[in-house]
Amino acid sequence: MSNIFKISRKQAALEGVKDGVPIALGYFAVSFSLGIFAKKVGVDVIQGIINSFLNHASAGEYAVYSMIGAGATYVEMAIMTLVVNARYLLMSTALSQRVHPDTPMIHRIGIGFHVTDELFAISLNKPGYVNPYYCYGAFMISVFGWCAGTAIGIVAGGILPLRIVSAFSVALYGMFLACIMPAARNNRVVAITIICCFILSYLATVLPGISQISGGTRTIILTIVISTVVAILFPYPEESDE
Amino acid sequence: MSNYFYILVAALVSTVIRALPLTVFRKPIKNQFVRSFLFYVPYVTLAVMTFPAMVNATQSKISGVLALVCGTVAAWFNMSLFKVACICCAVVFISELIIL
Repeated sequence: MSNIFKISRKQAALEGVKDGVPIALGYFAVSFSLGIFAKKVGVDVIQGIINSFLNHASAGEYAVYSMIGAGATYVEMAIMTLVVNARYLLMSTALSQRVHPDTPMIHRIGIGFHVTDELFAISLNKPGYVNPYYCYGAFMISVFGWCAGTAIGIVAGGILPLRIVSAFSVALYGMFLACIMPAARNNRVVAITIICCFILSYLATVLPGISQISGGTRTIILTIVISTVVAILFPYPEESDE
Repeated sequence: MSNYFYILVAALVSTVIRALPLTVFRKPIKNQFVRSFLFYVPYVTLAVMTFPAMVNATQSKISGVLALVCGTVAAWFNMSLFKVACICCAVVFISELIIL
């Protein structure tokens, strides 16, 4: 395990921390508004921090707070979590193809636990095998932003000027662009796929029917449908490497 | 007390979802379709989550569109995650100073 990667554990973790900074900023903005919502349903700071550390997913945490607010059953809580976080099954499967076959179970679970939309994107974006220490570094800094944002949102929601929150809120999307555009430049299929995704995703928010579905579920449906169609039309890699 | 149980239930379910495929699929998947599908998944998911959400996240749609355009150009020229994110934030902040 130790000699799969050319860099040391510490270097990998530091690199993860560095790449995690914009994610942490974006999470701060997102979780800040989650904190304001948490307070409304009677969740305290400690509970907010624990929830942010363990669940670290915007839709997932939103689900927790709305279930608490609605006084739902624990079964409903479990099903809701499954639905809003189902896309992580896909992401974890994609990552499973990029971890070294000798990766021990504990690191597999660790890499799995670190998965969020954004951390998945940067971890998979690294060439070669997924380095667990890179994942942990990126996780530590971004979950710090996530927990801090939640805590401050609960304690002092409404203090940060709206301008700052508005500017922070695009940090996440800037990162997404940085993950997908270089590939679009090198691969025409990816470029056209991205444009189609933008159009279909926009239509999904305005067309009757699908626009009623929650954002998380819409993401899953669009991801599965578009990826299936593109994978059938344009298999990748074009030639088998065996 | 019950708030903790809600959090615990959600944490248990989301951790299983996150870790299960990584622990079950221990060998490379050979199927061409599955491999292609998994290759496209990250780009599709991220693209779907970026638009139109990015434009709706800001106070003004105009600043969101400007950030999308500037971020795309910066990312196209291989700028780092951090730089692209900063550019987007700066574009929103400055354009909202002007238009709002």
